[in-house]
Amino acid sequence: MSQLRARFSLYRPAFSLEIDLHLPGRGVTALFGPSGSGKTTCLRAIAGLERVPGGHVSLGEQVWQDDRHFTPPHQRALGMVFQEASLFAHLNARDNLLFGYRRTPAHERRFGEEEVVELLGIGGLLSRKPHQLSGGERQRVGIGRALLTSPQLLLMDEPLAALDLRRKQEILPYLEKVTTQLEIPVLYVSHAPDEVARLADHMVVLDQGRVLASGALNDVLGRVDVPAVFADDAGTVLSVTLTSHEDDALSRLSFAGGDIYVAQQPQPVGAQLRCRVHARDISLSLSAATDDSILNRVTAQIEALAPAPTPGHVLVRLNAGGAPLLARVTQRSARALNLAPGMTVFAQIKAVALLD
Amino acid sequence: MLQDDLQAVWLTLKLASVVTLLLLLIGTPLAWWLARTRSRARELVAALVAMPLVLPPTVIGFYLLLLMGPHGPVGQAMQALGLPLLPFTFPGVVIASVCYSLPFVVQPIQNAFEAIGERPAEVAATLRASPWDTFWHVMVPLARPGFLTGAILGFAHTIGEFGVVLMIGGNIPGVSRVVSVQIYDHVEAMEYAQAHWLAGGMVAFSLTVLLVLYTLNPSTRERR
Repeated sequence: MSQLRARFSLYRPAFSLEIDLHLPGRGVTALFGPSGSGKTTCLRAIAGLERVPGGHVSLGEQVWQDDRHFTPPHQRALGMVFQEASLFAHLNARDNLLFGYRRTPAHERRFGEEEVVELLGIGGLLSRKPHQLSGGERQRVGIGRALLTSPQLLLMDEPLAALDLRRKQEILPYLEKVTTQLEIPVLYVSHAPDEVARLADHMVVLDQGRVLASGALNDVLGRVDVPAVFADDAGTVLSVTLTSHEDDALSRLSFAGGDIYVAQQPQPVGAQLRCRVHARDISLSLSAATDDSILNRVTAQIEALAPAPTPGHVLVRLNAGGAPLLARVTQRSARALNLAPGMTVFAQIKAVALLD
Repeated sequence: MLQDDLQAVWLTLKLASVVTLLLLLIGTPLAWWLARTRSRARELVAALVAMPLVLPPTVIGFYLLLLMGPHGPVGQAMQALGLPLLPFTFPGVVIASVCYSLPFVVQPIQNAFEAIGERPAEVAATLRASPWDTFWHVMVPLARPGFLTGAILGFAHTIGEFGVVLMIGGNIPGVSRVVSVQIYDHVEAMEYAQAHWLAGGMVAFSLTVLLVLYTLNPSTRERR
């Protein structure tokens, strides 16, 4: 498992970048931030497509860039997936797929054509030219093409941004399969909180070329001091187990902090799922009121409070049996209930978004 | 007479083929440089390449003649090396034609390279292709329509030239008496029937070339 280390300082008239990243040797790290925050520049600099003087990039023992040395991109064992699939128009899907494979020394190859074709479900597309493929199909070929260079690091630059919602839904399961089966670090640039919540294990939040937060997904999502960049999408991700299918068309999801009931899910009992709970969908109460229609209520301890990006609101970080939750309440309610760190409250969850 | 006409046709085709080949060899790196460079010399070079589009062929021919003549720098260098002078020889006509047809080959190729943009080369670099590998296996195939247009235009334009050939090559059978010069001779000699054969042939040839060009090019529109 090779750790990625990347350090850049870049000053341009309208833009500066000042980052120092240490990324774990496996799993998906989301590089998250609004447009113009420097995510793509960062990715391009790691790939060597952009040369940032004085920068440092290394993967495990290999130094790709330091003061004396700059490895050109084609000599770095990395795969890159671009926003538009950027397939070569003069080659059919299969020749696109094999473009990098043919240029990878045989002893470095860790994936075979058949394996990747099956993983991405592109067997039927191989003889087609790029213009005969849909956007989602093109992107699947683009991902396969990058994988077939047997990279030791996979860089993905908003691979879903150019696709409409339906195509996104079509390609996400493949991405999930790819990223969970790979034994290499994946750096995934995105400005879509849903994609990050679904795919990432770690997260780096960039804003205006600076790292605002970096760490395990929920540690970052649960911070009350960075959600400005998430705006209305602030919230955390719960890892839950489907523990039963109830006879009133609900499924029970269990996690350390308690049980949540959601509309019946197709997965079998025992399935591990991820779900996203938005801060705006949690309200707090001091007593376990049983005379309202809210179904999901867990006890949690307040860990921190901070002003929310929306005026008149505060964000409250809660600990529900070890699982982090964020709640957004009005300042007035926070005052009325005297909310303070250490208090035990009841978190009423109005909605849960399943990510699988 | 027919013998002369055939010789002129043969000479014209030979000239156009050699010139087209040379233009592809010279024009490709030049077009690549023009499409890619951020150098300040770019505008100047682009303007120089485009000069033959606006200058009368006689002007180009005149200066090339001075340059390559016994008192010009090129001519003196040739003499110093013990080589024959270029004016009124086939190589001299070839060089003059290359200068004259340069923009017709460089510009389509340059436009094709520019239209491709940076992305495919970057993608190729992340797929372990060296810059040289990328040039041959990505850029050139993607710019194919530009090469095709450039080659056809360069060939056709060389076949149609008159003034430059006359200035540099004179009117020597087998050396510089190309079809256009031969037609001029026929007309001068009031041999309209023979002039018709050649002139009509040129019209048919040009029409065919342009038809081929326009039918081949739509394929560039559908591939994106």
